[in-house]
Amino acid sequence: MNELLLVVTIGGERVALPSAAVESVVELDTLIPVPRAAPHVAGLSALRSRVLTVIDCMRSLELGATDCSDGIREAAVVELDGHHYALIVDLVEDVVEALSEPSPVRAAMVPGWERVAEGMIETETGPLLLVDVAALIAGVERQAA
Amino acid sequence: MDDLIADFVAECREMLEALGGEIVAWEAEPDDRARLDSIFRFVHTVKGNCGFFEFPRLEALSHAAEDALADVRAGRRQPDGQLVSAVLAIIDRIGEMVAAIEAGEEMPAGDDSALIDALAPGAEGAAVPLVATAGEGHGKASAAPRTIRLSVELLDRVMSTVSDMVLARNELARRLRESPTDVPVDGAFERLSSIIAEMRDAITRTRMQRIENLFVGLPRMVRDLSAELGRQVLVDIEGGDVELDREMIEMIRDPLTHIVRNAVDHGIEPPAERLKAGKREIGILSVSARQSGNQILIDIQDDGRGIDGQKLVEKAIAAGIVDKAAAAQMTPREQLALIFEAGLSTAKQVTSISGRGVGMDVVRSNVERIGGIVEVDSKPGEGTSMTLRVPLTLTIIPALTVSIGDQHFAIPRSAIEEIVRANGESVTLEHLGGAGVATIRGRRVPQISLAAILGLDSNVDELDRTLIVLRPAGGDVYALSVDRIHDHEELVVKPAAPAVMATGLYAGTTLADDGSPILLFDAAGLAQVGGVKLETQERAARIALGTSEIVSKATSVLLFRGLDGSRRALRLAVVERIEEVPVAAIKQAAGQLRLQVGEAILPLAGARKDELGEGNVRVFRLNDGEHEIGYAFAEVLDFATIEKDIIHSDNPGEVSGVSLVNGEPAEIVDAHWLFANHVGAAARATEQLVCRLPADDPWMQNMLRPMVEAAGYRVVGEHEDGDADLVIASKGSEVGEEAAKKTIWLRTEPEASGKKDGSIYRYDRAGLLMALKSAGAGGGKKKLAGGAK
Repeated sequence: MNELLLVVTIGGERVALPSAAVESVVELDTLIPVPRAAPHVAGLSALRSRVLTVIDCMRSLELGATDCSDGIREAAVVELDGHHYALIVDLVEDVVEALSEPSPVRAAMVPGWERVAEGMIETETGPLLLVDVAALIAGVERQAA
Repeated sequence: MDDLIADFVAECREMLEALGGEIVAWEAEPDDRARLDSIFRFVHTVKGNCGFFEFPRLEALSHAAEDALADVRAGRRQPDGQLVSAVLAIIDRIGEMVAAIEAGEEMPAGDDSALIDALAPGAEGAAVPLVATAGEGHGKASAAPRTIRLSVELLDRVMSTVSDMVLARNELARRLRESPTDVPVDGAFERLSSIIAEMRDAITRTRMQRIENLFVGLPRMVRDLSAELGRQVLVDIEGGDVELDREMIEMIRDPLTHIVRNAVDHGIEPPAERLKAGKREIGILSVSARQSGNQILIDIQDDGRGIDGQKLVEKAIAAGIVDKAAAAQMTPREQLALIFEAGLSTAKQVTSISGRGVGMDVVRSNVERIGGIVEVDSKPGEGTSMTLRVPLTLTIIPALTVSIGDQHFAIPRSAIEEIVRANGESVTLEHLGGAGVATIRGRRVPQISLAAILGLDSNVDELDRTLIVLRPAGGDVYALSVDRIHDHEELVVKPAAPAVMATGLYAGTTLADDGSPILLFDAAGLAQVGGVKLETQERAARIALGTSEIVSKATSVLLFRGLDGSRRALRLAVVERIEEVPVAAIKQAAGQLRLQVGEAILPLAGARKDELGEGNVRVFRLNDGEHEIGYAFAEVLDFATIEKDIIHSDNPGEVSGVSLVNGEPAEIVDAHWLFANHVGAAARATEQLVCRLPADDPWMQNMLRPMVEAAGYRVVGEHEDGDADLVIASKGSEVGEEAAKKTIWLRTEPEASGKKDGSIYRYDRAGLLMALKSAGAGGGKKKLAGGAK
């Protein structure tokens, strides 16, 4: 019951990432684009000697695009199937304790959020949407490509 | 408890791996006490542990095996093939169970009592032929070096920390160069540098594994295979102490296994055949590894029947992989290299061992994926030798860095054939319908622009770019134009994330010296995304002209579905190629359908105007050597051979008869009739026809032969013995003694040239049939026709 959550803001919305999945929070400066990759793949960056695949969460959620032109972006680094990803978020806020198991959100959500939501989770600061990191990385289904 | 079980599983697996070779060696030398002991030790350990963990089935199995082996150890029993097989079966079952425990699954279902019963002396069991092992390990029991188990994760963490350390050192070095320092600081830094280098070296070694791990399973595999196939094979393994990246070892496991399987299945002959060929009845398969420069060479040699390069070429032509002209110029080495082409197998029949749909083309692409090369050398009758060359580590690839705009990319050097400047003297660039064609020293190659593929802006004029001529694995060359080329570097390449790999363009990522990521291209992927049609793909759609083989009873045909839905077959040899043409290019003109292809107009058969529909239609282009006609069809079904008799139709027409092809009736299209009816008066064609038909004349064999057969003749070649009742020959050709009997002379022109010489125009169907009939009715000049039915 004491699962820790990383509270981040994506597209103006406060959501929770399971903090066990997050290795670190970094500030990205260089971003090398990957031509012809899916739109939500913002590019590659390096964290020390590791290559990070940078995911633009806004695009993955079909909420628009993050403006990467102004340089430094905050990102949460996660590992999935042996590859490291940096998820670009608006802001990394805090780590909070989960007070409940995730429960389904019964109201209709925006389709992008619907796809990545694992459920609603209670915290001290009120209910937050728990995000499935793998779904965020997968982005929009191939049909769009 | 879970930890204990995990340790037990790991211990079992390690012992099982080491045991694979031991047990076969023990079979060859039953008196070898050391090997017997190590097998005994394994079952004993399993028995002890599983009693503790409560795995009753494992315990029963290992207990039974232990008892039997204890008898052997005590000299109460002699080991024989049947006992070895029984022990092997038990060890296999133990392996399955251990795997199930590891995966946390239920034990595999099944009754073990049969396995246990097989251990009893004199029990019924399949006798297994003897397989012997010789090799380095011969005679010495494997004394395991002291080891500990580490998780790969931890190892990777250590490695990446060391890489970080190297980067930090580079950074420090840069800072030191910028600011004035005193000698002691420089000295200390030098020492730090050398220690870091040494550490990097050592940590790299931890990722390395002796190649022996790859080889220990081979004797056992060969033993089982040769038992199944009735071969006798001696495995000779050398150089097991060469070290290779652990990942690399996993990557070459399958290719190596496949090659060894092939060697046993197709290479080494059955014992009787070997004796007949004057060889020892036991075949020798030697596998050796050695290091050479920054490559590891793995040789797999057998002394079997070898590969017949000429046969390969014939198959390749029949399968449409190469055309005749190219085949004629092939060196023996190139001929052998054909085994790596997709869709080619020299095996007469697909067996369960090698014919799994994965062929040598898969072996090659697997090896090339890790930057390696496969080579083949073979002498028919003497054996085959395959060499795998793999780079020393998976992660370091020599590459060329290039750039578009200000972004850098890398291209594996192994795919690069040459680099030329677009404005160089021997290079011209042209655009045909938007497609780029580069002519480099007279050779035309498709050209694509990297900037266009990637959708990046390039500020370099087309003519100022550099062309990199690439030859992707298994494909033909193409030229890639890039803005600038930079440097040859050895890059430490890591796999990229799935989202990046999904583009099909990249092979991995790497870090530049300044720590920024660089994408490494996959040469074949670039071509594919860039829309380059690699020559090999184009070849697949073309079907080569037949060879003189057609004299044999089995005739190769192309099975297809006509526009009217009927299942038909056409002799493969007359089909020159398959094309898709727009229906708009087909017009009713001068009494028949005609198809316009480029500048030429071909008569079109196989369709009525109303059957064509809209859009595109596929046509065969048939060629008799001089004339071409089109034949519209719906779809190609298969390649097949006609082995059953052809039931000839009574009335001449497009279809000459029916036969069973692949178990279903198919109409056999009469190419002769097609040409006779469609080429018509416009023809200036030539050829010959006989009961004794020239075997080397494709027209006779493909066109005339069906007609002669339909008229009731048996067709023989000119070198076969026996009297022929009729000889058909081209006008102007030499005919030997047989000419004394009835001879039909064929001419190529509709009108006889000059005086009446009694020859028949080769598409004068009525005239030919008449001549055939008269010969068959005893109209021979000097002899009665007896042979005709």
